[in-house]
Amino acid sequence: MKDQNAYEEFIKGVWRDNPVFVQVLGMCPMLAVTNSAINAIVMGAATLFVLVGSSFLVASFKNLIPKQVRISLYVIIIATFVTVADYTLLALLPKVHKELGAFIPLIVANCMILGRQEAFASRHSIRFAVLDALGMSSGFMLALLALGSVREILGSGSLFNVPLFGADFEPWVIMILPPGGFLTLGLLLLFFNWVTARRAAFLEQVAAAEREGL
Amino acid sequence: MDDLIWIFISALLVNNFVLAYFLGLCPFLGVSGRLETSFRLGLATTFVLLVTAFCAWVLNTYVLIYAPYLRLISFIVVIASTVQFIEMAIKKSSPTLFKALGIFLPLITTNCAILGLAIFATNRGYGLVQGLVFALGAGGGFTLALVLMAGIRQEAELSDVPALVRGTAMNLIIAGILSMAFMGFAGLFSSG
Repeated sequence: MKDQNAYEEFIKGVWRDNPVFVQVLGMCPMLAVTNSAINAIVMGAATLFVLVGSSFLVASFKNLIPKQVRISLYVIIIATFVTVADYTLLALLPKVHKELGAFIPLIVANCMILGRQEAFASRHSIRFAVLDALGMSSGFMLALLALGSVREILGSGSLFNVPLFGADFEPWVIMILPPGGFLTLGLLLLFFNWVTARRAAFLEQVAAAEREGL
Repeated sequence: MDDLIWIFISALLVNNFVLAYFLGLCPFLGVSGRLETSFRLGLATTFVLLVTAFCAWVLNTYVLIYAPYLRLISFIVVIASTVQFIEMAIKKSSPTLFKALGIFLPLITTNCAILGLAIFATNRGYGLVQGLVFALGAGGGFTLALVLMAGIRQEAELSDVPALVRGTAMNLIIAGILSMAFMGFAGLFSSG
């Protein structure tokens, strides 16, 4: 039973409560850095590190943090982890760090991270807080990767810098520019809504059939 | 002087914070339902941007040259306390304005456009006047995008849109088209 719960906490962030497609949080980094799949992965990994780290700390100290100043404390904890991630990336992957530019420090203002501290980590045990953080950031990374791959395939004709089409492919430059980000995310959301609506309709049909004893 | 005009126009139109840098998207998608509130929120944000630009310059010049790794933490603390302070000041001096702004005032803290402005101004090495002009342009651009979006959304409410598309998906597609239109401004300076 305990393990079932843990699995549930993890998996809900990936699909049912996906931070991007369902809760529509963390849009700023989402759109700005997804013009290639590699940038998307690095951004997702940095967010994962920050979210798991700060969820762990917040859950560990939840009884010591006074209610009135909790938001400021969460923000300072998050900012500390982001600084660590920023300098680590600068040392390990200077090229990607340069491309992502100001958007690594801007993870601080990602409302998804603060939202998880306030809504989950501050009122659950360390184990569940970390699992929830892992699930949410996996869902976030999945969304980043989906958006980044679509934009890179259409906008540059490649995936992870590997050319996919022959020399005759005319890249859709608009897809790696800002409008492409908005349009692709809009269409992905539309697709997600459509799948969810279809699934709900299907479950409804099954339930109706069961009621009739079929 | 030319330099300042270029910074202003660039932040206002060509590199619009919302439509080209994707900063401040949460209020852009969340609060752009009504024309009146979007305009007020835009003004309040512009004010916070100006104060932040000033504080960031002071911090950069006098404090952070000794400890650059504290940049992010000190910026976010300054922004949070500025918003808190402005909130208290407005509440004391003009309760009517405070009521009109309501929940949007504290929410400005989590607007990534504010932190983004401080970081961009630092990375580009802007001085005090340049920073303030940059903040004014960015705030104007944010207000402009918000008001345009709110106008379109109010119209869209009356039109026949399929239920599946309504909501965030439609807003994002509208934003994409707006962003495409704003790309046209890129030609303003490249030829001159």
